[in-house]
Amino acid sequence: MPTPPTLPDAELSLDHLVSRMRGAIGADTALVGIHTGGVWVAERLHAALGLPTPLGTLDVAFYRDDFRQRGLKPDVRPSDLPFEIPGRDIVLVDDVLYTGRTVRAAVNLLFDYGRPGRVRLAALLDRGGRQLPIAAEWVGDVVDVPADRGMIVLERDASGRLSLTMEEAGGGA
Amino acid sequence: MKLHIRSGRLVDPTLGTDAMADLFIADGLIAAVGAPPPGFVADRVIEAAGQVVCPGLVDLSVRLREPGFEFRATLDSELAAAVSGGITRIVCPPDTDPPLDEPGLVEMLTRRASSLALARVHPLGALTHGLGGDRLTGMVELSEAGCVGFSQGDAPLPDQQVLMRAMAYASTFDLPVWLRPQEESLARGGVAHDGEVATRLGLPGIPAVAETVALAGILLLARATGVRVHICRLSTAEGVDMVRRARSDGMRITCDVSALHVHLSEMDIGYFDARCRLTPPLRSGRDRAALARGLQDGTIDAMCSDHTPVDDDGKQVPFAEAANGATGVETLLSLALRAGDDGSLAQALAPVTTGPSRALGLPAPTLAPGATADLCIFDPELWWKPSLAALVSSGKSTPFADYELRGRTVHTIIDGRPVFDAGTRA
Amino acid sequence: MAAHNPQLGPDGELRHLLSIEGLPRATLMQILDTARSFVSVTEREIKKVPLLRGKSVFNLFFESSTRTRTTFEIAAKRLSADVVNLNIATSSQSKGETLLDTVANLSAMHADMFVVRHASSGAPHLIARHVGPEIHVINAGDGRHAHPTQGLLDVYTIRHYKTDFTDLTVAIVGDLLHSRVARSEIHALTTLGVPEVRVVGPRTLMPPDIEKLGVRVFHDMREGLRGVDVVMMLRLQNERMSGALLPSSQEYFRSYGLTPARLALAKPDAIVMHPGPMNRGVEIDSAVADGPQSVILPQVTFGIAVRMAVMAILAGNG
Repeated sequence: MPTPPTLPDAELSLDHLVSRMRGAIGADTALVGIHTGGVWVAERLHAALGLPTPLGTLDVAFYRDDFRQRGLKPDVRPSDLPFEIPGRDIVLVDDVLYTGRTVRAAVNLLFDYGRPGRVRLAALLDRGGRQLPIAAEWVGDVVDVPADRGMIVLERDASGRLSLTMEEAGGGA
Repeated sequence: MKLHIRSGRLVDPTLGTDAMADLFIADGLIAAVGAPPPGFVADRVIEAAGQVVCPGLVDLSVRLREPGFEFRATLDSELAAAVSGGITRIVCPPDTDPPLDEPGLVEMLTRRASSLALARVHPLGALTHGLGGDRLTGMVELSEAGCVGFSQGDAPLPDQQVLMRAMAYASTFDLPVWLRPQEESLARGGVAHDGEVATRLGLPGIPAVAETVALAGILLLARATGVRVHICRLSTAEGVDMVRRARSDGMRITCDVSALHVHLSEMDIGYFDARCRLTPPLRSGRDRAALARGLQDGTIDAMCSDHTPVDDDGKQVPFAEAANGATGVETLLSLALRAGDDGSLAQALAPVTTGPSRALGLPAPTLAPGATADLCIFDPELWWKPSLAALVSSGKSTPFADYELRGRTVHTIIDGRPVFDAGTRA
Repeated sequence: MAAHNPQLGPDGELRHLLSIEGLPRATLMQILDTARSFVSVTEREIKKVPLLRGKSVFNLFFESSTRTRTTFEIAAKRLSADVVNLNIATSSQSKGETLLDTVANLSAMHADMFVVRHASSGAPHLIARHVGPEIHVINAGDGRHAHPTQGLLDVYTIRHYKTDFTDLTVAIVGDLLHSRVARSEIHALTTLGVPEVRVVGPRTLMPPDIEKLGVRVFHDMREGLRGVDVVMMLRLQNERMSGALLPSSQEYFRSYGLTPARLALAKPDAIVMHPGPMNRGVEIDSAVADGPQSVILPQVTFGIAVRMAVMAILAGNG
């Protein structure tokens, strides 16, 4: 059995991400977290960066390209974008950037609310393995984990502390 | 033809006997039991070890679909089905097209039937012309042509004056009247028992009172006119009680129930199973239990198959639009055994042998020497499924299609002549 | 013989929506939760998601109903499906084609979903039994049997205003005998744990043994409404308003019409629902229908989201 890859400490990755984004984000910029892990990261970023625009959340379930294979997940949540979209500078926030399919779905979803001025991407962790021409503007950390090793999942404990774990192979992005 | 039936278990529901013995048949009659009569040389020996030998079954309601509905079934197919189910005598209701309201139609039917030389056929004549409920038929002529009773089938007879006069006329000549109690105005539009299941499935209901109101009327009119009445297809607990009381009051009535209603209830409709679209409708579990009890205590004389061949098109439609009825001659024996599970074999067979013979006014069927050799020989331990492929009848629809049934006919003998041999079964 | 619930697949997943009866509570909750997300979709600038892109939804209406057909059509279109409307009441059935022949023909046109309205109870069950495994059937109302999406949108509406099902008293008032809506409402409410469901109406419009569905029967409207959280009115069909079931619509209104005075017997924050179309002055007073406690219009809005949720979940189940 291969040794499990070493994953970074999520709290440290978050610190890295905050320091990289500070200064690059304006007061009008809106952070939009992608459910579920992306929302946790976005909440922390939003507080750390002290942004005045309220936080948005997206559930991309209705836009996923694997709907026909996997169906609708049972716990779809409403998307919530508590600000005007047209012309807005938006930063999508996800936990683990992998194939890029989730980001593709999120961008499509976003455009059904209106035409944003600019959309950038921040991810806590980039694990490589892209299947679409998508890149993040900011990442906390980068690790190279082959696809056959399974999914990297962000978890949040009762105190709000974030951590990254490996989940056995068996799913898509 | 002389037959020697060897080593069978002879069950005689009339005498209540059950014993292993050889049976000897000559000239259409039972010649001897146990030892052969002097000089007896069998033309054929039937090995019946492990099998039950009993009088042939008598089925009080078999629709042959001739004339008029030959696309659904023919005399040939249905009589062949009947004998393959051990049935040697059937009564057929007059609801053919045209209905059996003319002696010529009756004679044609009986002639066709006897030329086939399968089960014996006793037609019921129409009580009113065209079953229209207003004009009496020539009952005397019809009875001379072979009708054993007069009936409306499932057609309503809404006019009580016509019913009373029909009864009075029939009683003049001591002709029996066979009536299915259902008050049409209370059953109108209904397709299922007016109870829990109809409520759940949103099916228009037929209340139990549709039967009891009509039954009360029939009993009162029968008493007033003195006619012999046979009550067809009881379906409710109250109906059984009313018949029980009428009999204890000394009324000359007999009655039957269909095997479907002894075994099934409204619950079997499940998710709109159109095979359970029947008339009368399948009723509550309480009604079903009362019917079974009525059979056991003799309130109900006979269990019939109410055989009604229905084609696929008649059932592959929404429940309320489906044709009524189920095929039944081939399952009657198994269902009688199932109903009489907790008693003796002789008791279990009585509702399909002695009971219906009594309703027909025929001598009690028996295996005693001198009796007519109408016999059913069946394997009581053979399990089978009345699936599409297993059925001889042109009608394949039965609610029992997925049931494992016990007991199946191996030989049927009518008038001392073998008419069915399971060896020919596919 | 307990037959397998024909709506569920081998793993308990929803294959068809034929009735609410027998569906697990978790399935109902999934539909309601998913519908909540679709409500937010219907509030956006672009009210469409790509879930059913390339799928064909056939509205098979053997009984005409512009209203219900339209809500299904909008729901399917907002999921990006192609929608084909067939009023079969006026086409092939009158030419003698059987129901199953019609369905077989349409299946050959590569339908993915049938939305079926039929005058006979159980017709959608029959269709579901005979379609290929890749086709889903949604019952849009069959005879007196069921109207499951209406039942679902009703409980969605209740949840929106009342949040918790487990401490509610709900009264369903009117023609229970002929109402497929009432049957679906009863199953939805009891499955979701509503502790007291009352049915209110005259004996002529009350089906036998209805209490076996888990409801309390009232014939006195005032008693039936006392202290309830939700009043669900049923439509009285024109053809039942006079005859052997009821003497007249005026007399019906006297005993069972929802007036402000009667509504005052319910809890002060009780909501009033109606599946539409309403007969003002027959089952409901205009002052109530248009009053502050009425949630009749939100029901319509939620109805689209609920139908989107049902279609999306079914399409996702292969």
